[in-house]
Amino acid sequence: MSGSATTGDAHAFRDPQTPDATLDREADYLHAEHTLRSWFFTTDHKRIALLYLASITAFFVLGAVTAGLVRLALVVPDGQVFSNDTYNKLFTIHGVVMVWFFLIPSIPATFGNFLIPLMIGARDLAFPKLNLASWYVFMTGAFFTLVSVVLGGVDTGWTFYTPLSTAFSNTWVVPALIGVTIVGFSSILTGLNFVVTIHTMRAPGMTWFRLPIFVWTHYATSLIFLLATPVITLALVLLILERAFHIGVFDPAYGGDPVLFQHLFWFYSHPAVYIMVLPGMGVISEIVPAFARKKLFGYKFVAYAAIGLASVTFFVWGHHMFVNGQSDLASLAFSVLSFAVAVPSAVKVYNWTATIHKGSLRLDTPMLYAMGYIGLFVLGGLTGLYLATLAINQHVHATYFVVAHFHYIMVGGTVLAFLGGLHFWWPKVTGRMYVESWGRISAFLIFIGFNVTFFPQFILGYLGMPRRYHVYPPEFQFLNILSSAGSTILAVGYIFPMIYLVYSIWFGKRAPANPWDARGLEWTVPSPPPAHNFLSEPKAPEIPYDYPIQASESQRHHS
Amino acid sequence: MTTSDLALQLWPPAASATAVETDWLILAFTVLTLLLTVPVFVAITWFAIRYREGVRADRSSSGVRSMPIEISWMLIPFLLTLIFFAWGARLFFISKSPPADAMVVEAIGRQWMWKFQHPTGQSEINDLHIPVGQAIRIRMTSQDVIHALYFPVLRMQMAVLPDRTTEMWFKADRTGTYRMYCSEYCGTDHSRMDGRLVIMTQAEYAAWLQDSGAQQGGQAGAGRAVYEAYGCGNCHDPGARVRAPSLAGLYGRPVALADGRTVVADESYLRQKILNPNRDRLAGGGRQVMPAFQGVIANDDLDRLVAYIKATGPRAEQEDPR
Repeated sequence: MSGSATTGDAHAFRDPQTPDATLDREADYLHAEHTLRSWFFTTDHKRIALLYLASITAFFVLGAVTAGLVRLALVVPDGQVFSNDTYNKLFTIHGVVMVWFFLIPSIPATFGNFLIPLMIGARDLAFPKLNLASWYVFMTGAFFTLVSVVLGGVDTGWTFYTPLSTAFSNTWVVPALIGVTIVGFSSILTGLNFVVTIHTMRAPGMTWFRLPIFVWTHYATSLIFLLATPVITLALVLLILERAFHIGVFDPAYGGDPVLFQHLFWFYSHPAVYIMVLPGMGVISEIVPAFARKKLFGYKFVAYAAIGLASVTFFVWGHHMFVNGQSDLASLAFSVLSFAVAVPSAVKVYNWTATIHKGSLRLDTPMLYAMGYIGLFVLGGLTGLYLATLAINQHVHATYFVVAHFHYIMVGGTVLAFLGGLHFWWPKVTGRMYVESWGRISAFLIFIGFNVTFFPQFILGYLGMPRRYHVYPPEFQFLNILSSAGSTILAVGYIFPMIYLVYSIWFGKRAPANPWDARGLEWTVPSPPPAHNFLSEPKAPEIPYDYPIQASESQRHHS
Repeated sequence: MTTSDLALQLWPPAASATAVETDWLILAFTVLTLLLTVPVFVAITWFAIRYREGVRADRSSSGVRSMPIEISWMLIPFLLTLIFFAWGARLFFISKSPPADAMVVEAIGRQWMWKFQHPTGQSEINDLHIPVGQAIRIRMTSQDVIHALYFPVLRMQMAVLPDRTTEMWFKADRTGTYRMYCSEYCGTDHSRMDGRLVIMTQAEYAAWLQDSGAQQGGQAGAGRAVYEAYGCGNCHDPGARVRAPSLAGLYGRPVALADGRTVVADESYLRQKILNPNRDRLAGGGRQVMPAFQGVIANDDLDRLVAYIKATGPRAEQEDPR
C-alpha cells in the first residue's frame, strides 16, 4: 500500500482537517483516564514522556535561574553581588542541573519516548514498566541532587575534578554525586529500551532504511547511553568512596592519581556531548524536510553518520586534557581524532541546507528554530576545531572561549532543536495549536538573545578571561555586560513559549492529525494519539520522507 | 600596567614569538571557518527567500547523485582543517621542547596563591618577574588541588598538579606588565588567584633580584601577600566578623596568657602561635578558633609572614598593594 493510502486509513476514522471535538475524546491517551494514579503509574510511553517533560522543564527553570544569577554577578568585575562561595555554587548548580537533568534527558526522554513507538508503528516501547521505572530512577536522582542544593549546595563545578571534590570542598558533594550516579541508571534503562524497541517492535515493512532519521539518531544515542554511562557510574562511585573513606584512587595524598578522574569523567562526558547532539540532529532532520516539502538530502549518509559519530566520539576524550599533564603523544592522537569527529558533525548542516535548496519553504515556528539551529550548530562545531588544535588549546583552554563554544553546541544546538521539536510535535502531543505569531516572535528573540549572550564570550576567551571567575579584570567588563544583557533577551524568549504553550492546552485551536502535512507514521494517527497508538495496523511508507519534491539519492540511480 | 584599563579590548597583547604565531594560526583558521560557514548562512537566507512556498522557482531535481557530493563536502573540509592540526601540533611541540640554556623558575600553586622561586634563590608571591629575551622554563607543582598557570600574553597555560611536576617554557620578547591567572577551577577564591607577569630588561631584572634579595622590606612586602593568601585578615583585620586579636603593633609588646604568665610577642612567639595556636592560650576568655598551620605553611612563607607582622606598626591599616 502506498503512502497516500495510509493517509486514507486515517481518514476512515477521523477527518484530520475538521476534527470533531467530542466524538472520540475517550480514545486519546490524554483523556483515556483522569486519576493521578493513571499518570504516576502509567506504562504508556506517551504519558511517561509527559512526566519527563514536566520534570525536565522544572529543572530547566532551575538551571536558567542560576545562569541568570551568574550573569547578574558578572555585570560588575569586582564580585560585589555574591560571595565567591555563592558564585561558585551557582555555576555548579547551573552546570549539574543543565547537563544531567535537562540536556541529557531532554530530547530522548521526552520526544524519543513519545515518538519512537509511533514512528516505527509500535504500540509501546519494548519494556513499558522499565520505561516507567526509568522515570522514577530519574526522579530519585533528582531528589538527591535537590537535597544537596537545599542543604547548601555544591561548589566543585559540574566536572567534580579531584582532589578538590574529594578532599578540599566543604560543601554537599556526596548527595550531589549520589544524585548524578542514580540519574545515570535512568539513562541506561532508557537506552536499553530504545535499542530493543527499534530492533524488535518495528511494524511490518518498516525496514531499517525506512526509519526516520530521528529513530536512527536515537538508536545511536542509545548505544552511547548503554556503553558510556557505566563508566561515569563507576567513576562517581569511586569518587564517593574516595571522599568518604579516602580509598586512595584519585587523591595523591593517599597514593591516588589526580588526573585519573578526568580520564574517566571525559570518557563518558565527551560521548555525552553526542547524547545531547545526535537527538537534536534527528529533530532537525524531521523538521527541515517537512517545511521544505522535500525529501531529506542524503538520507542514508545521515543515518550512517549518526552511527559513525556515536562510535568515533568514544576516542576523543583526551582533548580535554591537552594542558593537564597528559603525554604529548596522546595529545597528538586525540587532536587528530577530534578533527575526524568534529568535521563530519559540523558539515551535517550542509545536508539540511541542501534539503532546503529547491524546496518549497514554509517559515513556521519549527522551521525558524531549525534554521537557527543550522547557523549556530555549525559555528559551535567549527570552534570545537579551534579547541582541538593543540597550540590554540594551550591558550583558550578553560577560558570563556570554551564556555562560548559548548553553549553554541548545547543551547544553539540541543536547546533550539528541543524547542523546534516541541513546536513541531506540540499539536500531536496535546491536540492543540499554539498561536503561530507568538512562536515566531520567541524564536527570533531566542536567536538574537543567544548570540548577544554568547558571541562576546568567544572574544572574552581569546582575550584570556578564565572561566569560573567571579572577580575579573576591569578591561573585560564591557563584554560581560553585553553578554548579561543578551541573557535577558534570551530569558524573555524562554518565558514566552512557557506561557503560550500552556495557554494553548486549554484555549488553543484543536489540532488536526497532520497540521504540517508531514510524513511519518506519527502523523497518520489522530492528535492526540489514541491510548494504544494505532487503531488499525500501521503500514510503513515505501520510502522515508516521501515529500512532493524529491532530493537526489544515490541508491535510486542504481535501480 | 600596560594592560590598559580600557573598557573594551578586542585583541590581547602578545609578548613572544609563539604567541604571535598562535595569533596567525587562529586568524588563518578563522578565514577557513568563514569559508565553510558564510556560504551556509548566505544559502539558508537566499533559499528561504528564493524557494519560499508560493514563489515561482525551478524546483526540478538536478539529478546529481548525492554520494559524491556528501563525500566531497566531508573530505575537503577535513583535509583543509588538517593543515591547522599539523600547524597547531608543530607549535605545541616547540612549546614542549625547552632549550638547554633556559633559566629555571620553580613555581608552587596553592589555594589561593602562587609562589615563584628564581634560580638565584629569591622568591616572590603572586608576581613573576622575568628578563626579556631569555628562555624561561617554569617547573610547577601544587600543594593541594589542581591549579593551572596561565599567561594570556604568551598564549600559554599548563596544569599545576599535586604530587607531580609539570613544565612550560617560553621566551618573552616584549617588556611590560601583564596578567597571570589560575585557569583551573580550584575552589572558593579561584578568581583571586591571579597576579602579574612582569617582563623586564636584563638590567632591570638584575636590579630587581638584588633588591628583593637584600631588602627586609621586600621580605615584609612578600609577607603581606602571604598574609592575604592564607586569609589571615579574614579574622585578624579590624572589622572582621571573627574578632581575632589585632596584629598591628603586636610585635615586641607584652601578651597576657590564660595561665597567668605574660610573655613578650617576639619572633619565636609569633612563629609558635601561627604553627600551633592551641598552645599558650590568651587571657580574656576568647574562644580559640584559629587552625594550626603546622605542616600547612612552608618555612620561607612563615619567615615572610613573621617579617610582615614585625613590620606592621601600630597603624592597623596597611595599604592594599592591589
